[in-house]
Amino acid sequence: MTGAALAKADRAATAKQPTQPEPSTPDPRRTVRVGLLFTVLAVALVVLAVVSAGIGQLHIPASEVLGSILHRVGLDVGPMPTHPNGDAALWTIRFPRVTLAILVGAALASAGALMQGVFGNPLADPGVVGVSSGAAVAACLVIVFGWSFLGSWTVAAFAFVGGLLTTLLVYFMSRSAGRTEVVTLVLTGVAVNAVCGAGIAFLTFLGDSQSREQIVFWQLGSLNGTRWQYVGVVAPLVVIGLVGVFVLSRRLDLLSLGERSARHLGVDVERLRIVSVVLVALLTAAAVAFCGIIAFVGLVVPHLIRMLVGPGHRVLLPASALGGAVLLLAADLVARTAVPYADLPIGMLTALVGGPFFFWLIRRTRRTSGGWA
Amino acid sequence: MMPDAALAAAAQTSPPAPVLQARGVSVVFDGTPIVTDIDFELHAGQVLALVGPNGAGKSTLLSVLAGDIEPVAGTVLLHGENLHSLKLAELARRRAVLLQEQRLAFPFTVTEVVAMGRAPWRGRPEADDDDLVVAQSLEIADVTHLATRFFPTLSGGEKGRASFARVLAQQTRVLMLDEPTAALDIRHQEAVLARARTQAAAGDAVVVVLHDLSLAAAYADEVAVLEAGRLRGHGAPREIFTSALLSEVYRHPIEVFDHPVTGDLIILPVRGTAAPTTPASSLDRSALLGGTTRATA
Repeated sequence: MTGAALAKADRAATAKQPTQPEPSTPDPRRTVRVGLLFTVLAVALVVLAVVSAGIGQLHIPASEVLGSILHRVGLDVGPMPTHPNGDAALWTIRFPRVTLAILVGAALASAGALMQGVFGNPLADPGVVGVSSGAAVAACLVIVFGWSFLGSWTVAAFAFVGGLLTTLLVYFMSRSAGRTEVVTLVLTGVAVNAVCGAGIAFLTFLGDSQSREQIVFWQLGSLNGTRWQYVGVVAPLVVIGLVGVFVLSRRLDLLSLGERSARHLGVDVERLRIVSVVLVALLTAAAVAFCGIIAFVGLVVPHLIRMLVGPGHRVLLPASALGGAVLLLAADLVARTAVPYADLPIGMLTALVGGPFFFWLIRRTRRTSGGWA
Repeated sequence: MMPDAALAAAAQTSPPAPVLQARGVSVVFDGTPIVTDIDFELHAGQVLALVGPNGAGKSTLLSVLAGDIEPVAGTVLLHGENLHSLKLAELARRRAVLLQEQRLAFPFTVTEVVAMGRAPWRGRPEADDDDLVVAQSLEIADVTHLATRFFPTLSGGEKGRASFARVLAQQTRVLMLDEPTAALDIRHQEAVLARARTQAAAGDAVVVVLHDLSLAAAYADEVAVLEAGRLRGHGAPREIFTSALLSEVYRHPIEVFDHPVTGDLIILPVRGTAAPTTPASSLDRSALLGGTTRATA
């Protein structure tokens, strides 16, 4: 017997005697991994937030950033920023921006994960499918016509309505027999993005030079010029969205069995769909309202999380929210600091990384499903 | 586990009330009648096999019984209550359904998929047994060795068995199985239907769509033969499975005889010169609806 044959026989023997796993308990390695993932993401988020707040044209050491926060909450611990404008820079420019990056990242990633669950398709993403651009058209209307009847909520409200209409449109156009095929989904996204692009182009043409500039920057996606006022609008939307998403998580697991089987297990599929679509629109609108179109976060983050800890939505959704926050915070830090004295559009950065990732994902999905199914 | 209303209903009538009852059920899709005026009763402890040629309406009838499709006429009663007046969650605790196609959008493990069958019992005392029930269901469906595998990587037959385990984990008194043996090897075909029998012996009611008539004869208490949406025969396999009826319904000569040793009913197509060479096309169905039969010609 040759060595290779021996090895083969050995493998066959081990295959025949499978180690009896404890079937009812979840994979302990996965449980450990889930704990580890949440710890790493949480630590990364805090560290990144503190570091990010300190970096910029006016450099503030991490200890002083922490000191400033502690003094604000009434604890006289740690050093205050030494620079005369340090404290003001932190509280009027850096902290709102860091907070918004966290909120928007969490919103985009959980919207992506939710959308993938509802569409039963790992390639769904608010940016790819066109929900972001639908929300963008509605928001551009507000910019161009200078509407303000809802105060600082006007843009967000319009973005929500635009996003909701687009999500409904895509959802009903791209599904057949209870599921969405990859080709249909992506092509629907192409069509929706084209029409919305035309809408934005027309509004750009219509607007005066100031609103034009605003639209262009906004299309590129940026957290530049974030104020607490924006955070005040986005935060409640994201909180409502995230709570809703976590409530749905168990039902989303069942939905992956297909609509009929989910129904047989007691899920009101119709209601789950509608609630999910509204939540996707809400989260996307929250993200788009002040930061513009930041694509691919909703695609990349849930995918990486799924690879690490599996597809169960009870873990996937909170982990995606956390991961999205970390990713966007990091991306924003790069956008602010990569080129001295320039604020790169963050949407450009995420698309630069997300585009190739999306391509790889398409290839992989095609391979594993044996065609464009 | 039986609901109070059903127990009360069972106490009132002297013969045991049927678990599942179809009364004049008709389904029409886009103007085409798929299922027409079906009546039958299923009692606890019974296995009912639905048989018939492709497109006879077996799966549609099963969908109606499962509560997926509301019939245009007629009613379905589950434990004496109208199926469509029951809440989905309550329905999920009363009947479990195994579909023909096993799809999963994301790579859950087999254990996770089987545990999904416990979802209807969440927040109830029965949920305490979740782990045990999942382990037992994996064992019964012979998929314990696949427990940690990812469902989408399984073969068709393995997926079928894993899904059967999920349906068992739902622990309902009514089981509806749509071609549960389709992708299975002989050993697992026998095992799945033997399990259906065991469930029935324990007081459950089982409806199963089958293509293999010998299997249906071996494991079902009652068989219902469907042809073009109508019930052509319903009763004990030995009464219903006659050469004449089956040959007519399937439009292919079929022999029915007893096994020389065991005495089991054996149902085989007649092969050779008598067999028609062209398969039935959808166009032929309209001719069939008109009442002509050509298979025995």
